[in-house]
Amino acid sequence: MDNIELKKHANEVRKGVVTSTHAAGAGHPGGSLSAADIFTYLYFEEMNIDPKNPKDPGRDRFVLSKGHTAPGLYSVLAERGYFPKEDLLTLRKLGSHLQGHPSLKCTEGVDMSTGSLGQGISAAAGMAMAGKLDNASYRVYTLLGDGEIEEGQVWEAAMFAGAKKLDNLVVIVDNNGLQIDGPIEEVNDPTPIDKKFEAFKFHVINVDAHDFDQLRAAFKEAKETKGAPTAIIAHSLKGKGVSFMEGQVGWHGKAPNDDEYATAMADLDKIGEELK
Amino acid sequence: MGDVKKIATRESYGNALAEIGAEYPNMVVLDADLSAATKTGVFKKAFPDRFIDCGIAEGNMMAVAAGMATCGKLVWASTFAMFASGRAYEQVRNSIAYPHLNVKIGATHAGITVGEDGASHQCLEDIALMRVIPGMTVISPADDVETKAAVRAACELDGPVYLRTGRAGVPVINDNPEYKFEIGKGIQLKEGGDVSIVATGLMVNSALEAAELLKADGINADVINIHTIKPIDKDILVKTAQKTGKVFTAEEHSVIGGLGAAVCEVLAEECPTKVYRIGVNDVFGESGSAGALLVKYRLDGKGLYEQIKEKL
Repeated sequence: MDNIELKKHANEVRKGVVTSTHAAGAGHPGGSLSAADIFTYLYFEEMNIDPKNPKDPGRDRFVLSKGHTAPGLYSVLAERGYFPKEDLLTLRKLGSHLQGHPSLKCTEGVDMSTGSLGQGISAAAGMAMAGKLDNASYRVYTLLGDGEIEEGQVWEAAMFAGAKKLDNLVVIVDNNGLQIDGPIEEVNDPTPIDKKFEAFKFHVINVDAHDFDQLRAAFKEAKETKGAPTAIIAHSLKGKGVSFMEGQVGWHGKAPNDDEYATAMADLDKIGEELK
Repeated sequence: MGDVKKIATRESYGNALAEIGAEYPNMVVLDADLSAATKTGVFKKAFPDRFIDCGIAEGNMMAVAAGMATCGKLVWASTFAMFASGRAYEQVRNSIAYPHLNVKIGATHAGITVGEDGASHQCLEDIALMRVIPGMTVISPADDVETKAAVRAACELDGPVYLRTGRAGVPVINDNPEYKFEIGKGIQLKEGGDVSIVATGLMVNSALEAAELLKADGINADVINIHTIKPIDKDILVKTAQKTGKVFTAEEHSVIGGLGAAVCEVLAEECPTKVYRIGVNDVFGESGSAGALLVKYRLDGKGLYEQIKEKL
C-alpha cells in the first residue's frame, strides 16, 4: 500500500478516535492520535492478519500495552473490517463490546486484555516465547507509552525478551513526551529510552512516528534482525491531526465536547481533502 | 499415625508435573529462579525444552504465562505463594484471570511451615487473595496423593487455577484405593455426630489427629477435607453443619478470608451454625522449624484438639 493510501486510512482512524471518544464523553484521544499512524501501518501493511479469521493460530499478534489508547486500536480494527465502524459510537457504554480498555473476551481482533500499564509487553513476550517453542512464523508487536515505561515491569519484560533473544518481538514506544501529570522528563524522566532498550539487548531504531517511509524501513529492519528483539522508538506528537489537541497534555484523557468535536472533525476533513 | 510416610506437597507437585508432561505436549512450566525449591526442577530435567526460567521477576512471569496461554499453551507458573499471590497479584488478576486464560499457578511454600525463613516468606493470606478473583479455582491439597491428583485435575480444567502447596513434609493420608479427587468436592474422612472439623491442606492431618484425641474423650468428630476452597462444596458443609451444629475450620492461613471465612459465608446463608475459625490469628509468622511453629501456633493435632476443647 502506498503512503497516500496509508495516510487516508490513518486519517479515518483519527476520525474514529475523535468520534468514539466524543460519543463516549470519555477516553484517551491524545495518545490514540499520536499512535494512529503506527496502528495504521501495523494493520494495513505490516501484520499478517485476516479480519475474517481473527483467531487464526498462525496470525501475527498485536498487544496494546498502553491499553488506555483503546479508541485508536478499536478505530483501526473497524477501519480494517473487524467490525462495523458504527460500533465505535458504543465505546465505553454499557453492553458494548468496546470496553474502556481492551478485552480479548469482548472484541474481535483484540489479542490480549490490557490496561494496567506494564503488563502488555510481558504478555507479548510470552506470545513471542510460545512462537519460538513452536517454531511458528508469526511475529508479535506491542505498543507502549513513553510514560508507561516508568513501570518496573516493562524492564522485567525487556530483560526477558533480550535474554531469550526473542527476535520475533517488536516493541514500539509511542514517544509523544507527555503523560497525565505533564512532560515525561518532569514527572519521572524515563529518558534516554533508546539507550535503555539497547542496554537490555534490543536492536533499537528511532523513527518519526508520522513518517510512513521511516516506519516501513524500521519494520523491515526489525524483520531482518536476528537474535535480538527490536525496539522502535517512535517520536510522535500527542494529539496529532487535531489542531487544538496537538502537544497538549490536557488531551491525554479527556473527550471533546460538541464544539470541539466539530472543530476536530473539520481539521481531519481538511487533511482528508488534501489527500484526495 | 506415627510411622506414616511424609512427603512435602511441593515435591509431589514437581513430580506430578514431570509425570504428566508427556501427556500434554502443549504444557510449559515457568519458574522465577526457584526451581530447586518449588521442585519444577524435576520437570525441567524431564522436559528441558518446555521449561522457562523467567528469573527473579514474578510479575513479568505471570503476564508471560498469560501471553503463552493465548497461543495455546497449558502454562504452569511457579514461585513461592508469597510472590505468586502477593507480589504478582495484579498480574494474576488482570492478565490471567480477567481474560480467563489457561494458566495454572503452582504456589509452593505456603503457610508458616515455610519455617526458618520467617514471616517475610510465610504467606498466610494467599487463599483470601486468590479466592476473591472471579473465575479463579483455588486448591489446597492435603498430601502427596491429593497434590498429584490436583495437578492432573488442574490440567484437565480450562481456566486459571491456584494450587497451594507446602515446603514441609506432611503425612500421606490419602493412599487408599477408594480415594477420589474431584475439583469442588469435599471428602468425608470421618463420620461423627458431635462436632465438625473442616480442614484444608496439611491441617487435614491435624484434624484427623485431633479427632482421635477427641474420641478418647468420648467426642465423635465429623472430619471433612476441603481441598478445593473455590468453588467450595456447599452440600458437604451444610450436611455436616446440620448433623453436628458445631463447626470448626482448620487452615494454615490467616483466620481472615481463607477457608474459615469461606465456610462462614456458606453456612450463614444456607444453614446458620456456630463456626469457630482455627488458623493463624491475624499475626505474622516467625522463624523456627516447621514442627515447632505448628506447635506454637497450635495447629498440630494436639494444638487443634486443645483449641476445640476450649470452645466446647
